[in-house]
Amino acid sequence: MVLPAAFDEMKGSGGGIREPYLSVHQWLQGQDIAELKRKRSEAEALFRRTGITFAVYGDEAVSERLIPFDIIPRILSAAEWRRLAAGIEQRARALNAFMYDVYHRQEIIRAGRVPADLIIQNAAFLPEMMCVEPARGVYAHVIGIDIVRTSANEFFVLEDNTRTPSGVSYMLENREAMMHMFPDLFARNRVAAVEDYPDNLRLTLESVAPRGLDREPTVVVLTPGIHNSAYFEHSFLADQMGMELVEGQDLVVVDGALQMKTTQGLKQVDVVYRRIDDAYLDPLVFRRDSVLGVPGIFDVYRAGRLTIVNAPGAGIADDKSIYCHMPEIVEFYTGRPPILKNIPTWACRRPDDLAYVLEHLSELVVKQVHGSGGYGMLVGPAASADEIEMFRMLMKARPDRYIAQPTLALSTAPTLVEAGIRERHLDLRPFVLVGDRVRLNPGGLTRVALREGSLVVNSSQGGGTKDTWVLQD
Amino acid sequence: MLGRTANDLFWMSRYVERAENMARLLEVGYRIALLPREGHGQDEEWRSTLRSAGCEQGYLAKHGVYETSKVVAFMLFDADNPSSVYSCLATARRNARAQRTALTREMWESLNTAWITLSAIDPATLTPDKLPPLFDWIKERSALFRGTLLNTILRNDTFYFNQLGAFLERADNTARILDVKYYVLLPHNEPVGGEIDSVQWAAILRSVSAHRSYRWVYKGYKPWRIADYLILNRQMPRSLRSCYEEIVQALVELGRYYAATNRPQELAGEILRELADADMKAIFQSGLHEFLTAFIARNNHLGREISATYYFTEKVVSC
Repeated sequence: MVLPAAFDEMKGSGGGIREPYLSVHQWLQGQDIAELKRKRSEAEALFRRTGITFAVYGDEAVSERLIPFDIIPRILSAAEWRRLAAGIEQRARALNAFMYDVYHRQEIIRAGRVPADLIIQNAAFLPEMMCVEPARGVYAHVIGIDIVRTSANEFFVLEDNTRTPSGVSYMLENREAMMHMFPDLFARNRVAAVEDYPDNLRLTLESVAPRGLDREPTVVVLTPGIHNSAYFEHSFLADQMGMELVEGQDLVVVDGALQMKTTQGLKQVDVVYRRIDDAYLDPLVFRRDSVLGVPGIFDVYRAGRLTIVNAPGAGIADDKSIYCHMPEIVEFYTGRPPILKNIPTWACRRPDDLAYVLEHLSELVVKQVHGSGGYGMLVGPAASADEIEMFRMLMKARPDRYIAQPTLALSTAPTLVEAGIRERHLDLRPFVLVGDRVRLNPGGLTRVALREGSLVVNSSQGGGTKDTWVLQD
Repeated sequence: MLGRTANDLFWMSRYVERAENMARLLEVGYRIALLPREGHGQDEEWRSTLRSAGCEQGYLAKHGVYETSKVVAFMLFDADNPSSVYSCLATARRNARAQRTALTREMWESLNTAWITLSAIDPATLTPDKLPPLFDWIKERSALFRGTLLNTILRNDTFYFNQLGAFLERADNTARILDVKYYVLLPHNEPVGGEIDSVQWAAILRSVSAHRSYRWVYKGYKPWRIADYLILNRQMPRSLRSCYEEIVQALVELGRYYAATNRPQELAGEILRELADADMKAIFQSGLHEFLTAFIARNNHLGREISATYYFTEKVVSC
């Protein structure tokens, strides 16, 4: 596969080691590969023992797997992070303003910036949410913004995850493991702490409790259960925040309020941090066959007696066809040009774009508009002729379901693989919290494509993770 | 605490305790199966072991005949047997995983490590010489789990529900072993006496890890003393009396924690008072088997009362 040479975050383009990596580079020079591999197995044994696993769909035999963990940290300088943080915060505010508008007066449609059908016809748009007033006007309280880098100064947003982004537990546990194994590295580098994320999440959740509550709000984490791929994270966060981890069967609507079934009877719940999809929330309103949700929960929400985090219908902002319009959206609501750029995107619903994309399939990355997790995507330069032809047929049949982007040479960082230390492509998912204010922990989750040349970092597709360092000045 | 959490914790501790008891029963059965026997052979021994474990029917339906290797496989590794050590640890670990937030890291790791190790064992590779160390290992893991529970967890409802599960299961187990073997203990059997009976008596004590401690308390095997030891003795940590001391204490503490008295407390208090006031002679006179059957039923009843009082599986319909 032919790609422009990727930017390596340690070596840079000028040959010398880049400033943020100096100390780690020096440390790496003195390390024995076999010893590093032993440390890696030590970390993995620790993860398995503590149960930091995820379930792989369609894999009955081995239902609990580890996400491969790479022990070489990914490092950002304080200045790099400051710029990213400003862009992330701007984007988080714009996304929420957009959703408030979409579910109220729809000024952005009236202004002709976003086509009406893109919203009204969108599967992620919930008409049931029209004119609902969520606490503090926030829809997406927890957002994971996927960012890729192509050079020393170029960062692009790959996508905005505004439904139920996961991975933050790995950010925290990776740091735990690194501090446990390499305390000397932390002594030699000023690495910004990430461990207050659970506190920040709790503060955020409490800040969006329904108005007029005359007691401490009761907040719970709602999980689909132990078979969900992110179950570990659900229980991890509930534990770290000191909240009940509930399933749909533990909740019931009584007297117009959401109640959980405790050993002492029913107890009212004010905020639900749900980790189940909209469709499963309430069988009376959405999917009738859902056994994961709570009948009647949506009515309680609409009546303002409950806050659901993220709000139902928040998926409208992470739809890939909306993504194409993010530069206009950010500018429309913040009055400033976006600090973080979008990747140029062809929306195949537009005939001109489709024609271009079909002609250049072998150079582009094609994604499904509603897809996620790296499933159902085509990486043109790495695809076989058959795969390309299959996508061509699919796209001609339903062009509105696809977008395409140039194949970016994602930046690389040194990674420990079988052959030794090699450069592998990576991305970054910072987690930003929106409540009474915006809270952002430095760094985020770095995902790394462990296969040589691969650009797909998703854990479901053989990706691993790294500890992410933001250095302090 | 969620009712479902209480339910999961209660059963988690029950299943760990059960896994340990299965290992004990098997250990003793296996030991006796190795002895030269006259008259009724090993069949009777395995039948009573399976009956004590409460899985005789399931075993017969699957295997038909008593055979040492089959009984061992059934009680250790058979996933179709809900009381096999494998199933017990699988359920306990599943409950632990569902209630990860209610467990300390130490508790979770002790269970998870036990599960990872056990599920990696290929039953086909278990030659007879590997069985005794495996029985020991199971008991050790259970002890480690109990130890982490006792040493690391807050004394709140989480702790009390675990205690209740562990001691209701233990009481059930001790009563079952006695019930299955009660004919060995009946006074009119004494004249028969002889080698076998003292082996059997020792086996009963062994299955509750008490054959050494017994000798410190009593001299010589006498059926009524063995029964007294396992039913009424307050010092013996697996006796019915001891189990009920713990159960009552857990229920009282739970009541204090929730600031409410309740039906299970009264029930357990009643059972404990009766055990404290009873004497072995009277029990033998009115029938040891009848006494134990009634006890097992009341113990189960208490379990159901606890489950109902603390809404373990309450179904509330939306309105």
